[in-house]
Amino acid sequence: MTIAKEYSLAELMICAAAEAFRHDGEVLATGIGLIPRLGASLAMKTFNTDLMMTDSEAYLLSEPNPVGPRANDYIQQNETWMGFSRIFDNVWSRKRHAMVGPTQIDQFGQANISALGSDYSKPKVQMLGVRGFPGNSISHPNSFFVPSHNTRVFVKGECDMVASIGYNPERLPKGYQLDDIDIRLVITDLCVMDFNGPDHQVRLVSLHPGVALNTVIENTGFAIHIPQNVKTTAAPTQEQLAIIASLDPHNLRAKQLKDNPPGDRTTAAKLAEEVA
Amino acid sequence: MNKLQTVKQMVAQLEDGMTIGIGGWGPRRKPMALIREILRSDLKDLTIVAYGGADVGMLCAANKVKKVIFAFVSLDFIPLEPFFRKARQNGDIDIMEIDEGMMLLGLRAAAWGCPFIPTQVGLGTDVVKVNPDLKVIDSPYDDKEWVAMPALKLDAALIHVDRADVRGVCQITGPDHYMDDWFVRAAKKSLVTCDELVGSEVFNDPNAARCVFWERSLTTAVAHVPAGAHPTSCAPFYGFDTAHFKEYNACARDGGFELYFDKYVKNKCETDYQELVGGIDTIKRLALPVY
Repeated sequence: MTIAKEYSLAELMICAAAEAFRHDGEVLATGIGLIPRLGASLAMKTFNTDLMMTDSEAYLLSEPNPVGPRANDYIQQNETWMGFSRIFDNVWSRKRHAMVGPTQIDQFGQANISALGSDYSKPKVQMLGVRGFPGNSISHPNSFFVPSHNTRVFVKGECDMVASIGYNPERLPKGYQLDDIDIRLVITDLCVMDFNGPDHQVRLVSLHPGVALNTVIENTGFAIHIPQNVKTTAAPTQEQLAIIASLDPHNLRAKQLKDNPPGDRTTAAKLAEEVA
Repeated sequence: MNKLQTVKQMVAQLEDGMTIGIGGWGPRRKPMALIREILRSDLKDLTIVAYGGADVGMLCAANKVKKVIFAFVSLDFIPLEPFFRKARQNGDIDIMEIDEGMMLLGLRAAAWGCPFIPTQVGLGTDVVKVNPDLKVIDSPYDDKEWVAMPALKLDAALIHVDRADVRGVCQITGPDHYMDDWFVRAAKKSLVTCDELVGSEVFNDPNAARCVFWERSLTTAVAHVPAGAHPTSCAPFYGFDTAHFKEYNACARDGGFELYFDKYVKNKCETDYQELVGGIDTIKRLALPVY
């Protein structure tokens, strides 16, 4: 295991995303979006080879497909058919962990991809709709991916439209405990967080290299629990980078974050300090 | 029984105020020839149930819709459907916004003759708040509460398939048949367009018969419309038309739906439409998407 010296922020986030699936065992890993999908794929290729994944269409795979165009003679490693209707059988049997990218996340881990604005009958911005968020969130573990950590995503108060259940005691259904909800990791461009603070408060797990604690606090619309020891997000190993390159041969990951920033922003932070 | 009809005859069976389910998923295997025929008709006040794409957007833009029952409306590579978005943001339509799986349960309840199916899905979210018709009930067996997802009974289901025979045996050979079987089972009548009209002996092949997902007794009528799903996909025959969707999307910014409608739908038959989009051979060459 050789720690890489140079790596992009996207690659750092892929490795951080992979960690969400490390101890899952034999479940269906669904990463929505390129970085979460590569994260789940990396986990499946390395420390959790029991994971299952689909081709994002209708087949369950024994090996993750590389992303982007594939050679005509590429044979994907099909295991069984899993069309959309069967996905729900899987969701409701709880053997799944999804990493999704909400537009809004609140202090309770409730999330929104449906609509923005205070008037639901006439939203300011109509987005996708609740999709599968209500079902996913009450049926199995979920993690969040946020490419741009700011107060528009991590909102004060509650989400405009609560599409997934979180740790909000006010909304807890009859007969349920807060522990029945299972939100795992939040991977952003600044840090990794979870919901393991006091009373399921959002907790800072690690800061990405070169990111100041204050940057995270200022860009989050609610209070987060800061433990005594905040780690630095682990840099990718050379082995991980090689596997990521094989899973993403067209380097689509370089186009996911604006200007494809480096994973270690210490130098950039120092330069900014000097200029100031 | 010969169930062959034209799309015109099919749409003539629909009435104002009906609840209509549309098969397919986002930009995939939507019965677009039927949608275009509805756009040309006088139909209005429809309630649409769909895993929505441009089908929902076009019907909203043409003022055919009173209410949409949906979990999402998306063109996939263009995430937000421009005309559905407009209709929502203007407050033009009633909605019932539910989870993707809840919609499946609603269709199953209708198909099985149940008034509702209990589910955990939706608990703790705004789905149960913004839909006053959605009841939360106590379990008769434990202390938990459940969402009672009501049956989504359809007056008609509109579906596009790869192949069908005149009796209404319908085959879908693409990787996924989505929830089309449940739309058909939830509906009083099912109007199906097919890319290829075939002889019944085609289904003698066990692999062909395996790709038939409902019984012909559930198919009311069949129309032969090659490439009838365009601009959506009909795998394995053709992918969705990204250039066409981009033009459609751009109309929302400049010119509005009328521009699109006048160019591709108004006073035009399906053959005119196909010529305008480059001809049937061009459609059949549209690459299947890679995910």
